[in-house]
Amino acid sequence: MTELKRIIKAGFVNFSRNGIISWSAVLIITITLSVIGSLIFLQAVLHSSLDQMKEKVDITIYFNTGAQDSEMMALKANIEKLPEVASTEFVSSAEALQTFRDRHKDDYPTIQALDEIGINPLGAFLNIKAKEINQYESISNFLKSDNVLVSGSNSIIDKVNYNQNKLVIDRLSSIINGAEKLGFIVTLIFILISLIIAYNTIRLAIFMSREEISVMRLVGASKLRIRGPFMVEGAIYGLIATVITMLIFWPSTVWFGSHMTLFLGMNIYDYFTSNFFQIFFIVLLSGILLGMISSSFAVRRYLNK
Amino acid sequence: MLNNNINLLVRFYSGLGGFILSSCLKFLFSDIIDGYSIMINFNNVSKVYSQDSVALRDVNFSVSAGEFISVVGHSGAGKSTLIKMVLADEKPTEGTVFFESVDIHKLGNKELTKLRRRIGAVFQDFRLLPNKTAYENIAFAMEASGKTDEEIASDVPHVLELVDLTNRLSHFPHQMSGGEKQRLAIARAIINQPELIIADEPTGNLDPVNAFEVIQILKKINDLGTTVILTTHNRGVVESIGKRVITMEKGKIIRDDKDGKYVI
Repeated sequence: MTELKRIIKAGFVNFSRNGIISWSAVLIITITLSVIGSLIFLQAVLHSSLDQMKEKVDITIYFNTGAQDSEMMALKANIEKLPEVASTEFVSSAEALQTFRDRHKDDYPTIQALDEIGINPLGAFLNIKAKEINQYESISNFLKSDNVLVSGSNSIIDKVNYNQNKLVIDRLSSIINGAEKLGFIVTLIFILISLIIAYNTIRLAIFMSREEISVMRLVGASKLRIRGPFMVEGAIYGLIATVITMLIFWPSTVWFGSHMTLFLGMNIYDYFTSNFFQIFFIVLLSGILLGMISSSFAVRRYLNK
Repeated sequence: MLNNNINLLVRFYSGLGGFILSSCLKFLFSDIIDGYSIMINFNNVSKVYSQDSVALRDVNFSVSAGEFISVVGHSGAGKSTLIKMVLADEKPTEGTVFFESVDIHKLGNKELTKLRRRIGAVFQDFRLLPNKTAYENIAFAMEASGKTDEEIASDVPHVLELVDLTNRLSHFPHQMSGGEKQRLAIARAIINQPELIIADEPTGNLDPVNAFEVIQILKKINDLGTTVILTTHNRGVVESIGKRVITMEKGKIIRDDKDGKYVI
């Protein structure tokens, strides 16, 4: 316990006495943590954009105009049982007609033509949303197989638009997969570069203390007693850098929230405030671990000499 | 002032009770119980860095407990390498170095750390901790050997008083003169009452007055039973001590005199 107390105290004292070296390390770790934090926001924007694209994809089953409600409901119930299906939305022929009229209310010739027909020419339809974008094909295949469809339901289906949209869905699917993979790799590369820079800064700070480490060894200090204060110092770098990073993020996200929401498709400030503790925790943990592990590795080099 | 300091040194060591008694007994009876009193033994030790750079060649000698040995020689004679071997800061290319019955270079990290706590070291370049005050430099050596906060609070001012650094308690090494730094290094070396003091050119950076003071302190420490190994190329220092002198040249021991001669 005394040993731990001495190590922690020495870490704080060293931090305050190392002056500009300590603050340089804090600055570099702040940059690293800002990169990590920015990548969290970037991932959020990417996922939000991809989710919005996914939202636009669905399969629609158009029913014949004469299809009975009971048959259509039976088919809907069967489809909803599929594990790939996230949701379905049934639009009756009357609702379809009303939507059509609303959409074309300023298009007088169209409305007039509709009135002249006298009957509702629009059939009901069923929108199906899959949980994942690559599951549409299996839903479509499922629809084609006889065992899924209730007896006679083939006759009630006018068309399924999957085949028309297949090319778009496939392209979108590959773009989304590619964007997710690219986002992950870019994130990883940036984090790796930041970690290497931060590690080297701490290594440089400890390089300045190599003589000190050798003296400590000569007076018989244990490895823990030598390494401990450097690790505490590293943790302090991380702690202070976290506070500075969060202070930088506050006004930055306010600006992004008020100026870039439309462009990014999400409000960064809202995301920051609603996930504040998770972001703070990730940044803090990264900062402290980065400081402590880098210090530990850097000191080990001189301890084993 | 020097006499006053030496009296303080006696008082400091006198307070150590059992340690002093055992050291004195070892010293007094060292000739009778010779096998027991051998503290350091170099056995055919060579250190070769490269074919052109041989630091030690087949060195054989031993140091008894309580001895004061001066190792002399020109720069590059191998004195510092010899010292580093005892501190296990260098490994021999060939041969063995024993501390009592233990081969120093076969010790694991933990045992080596314990061994170093039994040795006090003083260097020409002082090797103080630059970011610590005079008080903290000494306290660190005590902390390293597991002393309590109470022991540290009571012993550090005492040892600083005996090297006449009471008014430099909270000064950093860069705020002190060469003589003060060396006295601080000596204070750090003796604070844990080591069995052996190694002083590698301790007077090299000091003026004659400070050099004389440092040597007097080392002599007094030796009189109180601690073994001292001193390396120097200062003829005056060696002759003022008047004890065993080992002379080195090109990595070899060329003389081993019991009566303090400096012959090169």
